[in-house]
Amino acid sequence: MRLLRWFIGLIFIAIFMYFNFFIYDGVLLFKLINISLFCALFVLFRVIFGPTAADRIVAVDILGILIVGMLALLGLFYKQSFFMDVALIWALLSFIASLAFSKILEGRQLDD
Amino acid sequence: MIRETIGMIFIFIGIGFDFFGVLGLVRLPDVYNRLQAATKCVTFGSAGILFGVFILNGFNSFGFKALFGIAFIFLTSPVAAHVIARAAHRSDIPLAKQTIIDDYAKDNDLKDI
Repeated sequence: MRLLRWFIGLIFIAIFMYFNFFIYDGVLLFKLINISLFCALFVLFRVIFGPTAADRIVAVDILGILIVGMLALLGLFYKQSFFMDVALIWALLSFIASLAFSKILEGRQLDD
Repeated sequence: MIRETIGMIFIFIGIGFDFFGVLGLVRLPDVYNRLQAATKCVTFGSAGILFGVFILNGFNSFGFKALFGIAFIFLTSPVAAHVIARAAHRSDIPLAKQTIIDDYAKDNDLKDI
């Protein structure tokens, strides 16, 4: 059963990589952005099916970090500088959200 | 020419670290192991992508915003990881079955703070 799950995951990743790099004809940066979005799909799997609450908090934290990198690549493609402003603010809000969620998980109040 | 090559190499390494960190986030058995794998996304994943963007753009506003983003991520993300791990251990989330030693549970003085 464990071997079957491992094999299904490997086939899923291989099919995505084949369609991304050989079928889809786009700019190289868009292929890299597609890989970032595929990673975000894994993170959403952990958010939905996470066994405990701490798994979901870790997944949301890492989702913010992934989106910072993806916004940097998007700004590199469009040659616009304001995407980095959005990325910085997203990193700040993700940090504060992680602190607040873990404080609630620990059982303390917000004005403690 | 060589500047674009070095920048794209940094971006490729960053994308690779992001992908394998997220794969570890799915595969590993425990909250703490998942946190340890997922923090690899930060230190060379997104920071590698931002450093590649800085090399590709040079010393204009875009590049300096990317450097500021690297400094900001390096300052905030270990704090968030530490706080999440401490809250998970204090709220009695069980460890994996393969765990051998748990020194933090012996320090009962820390729970009174």
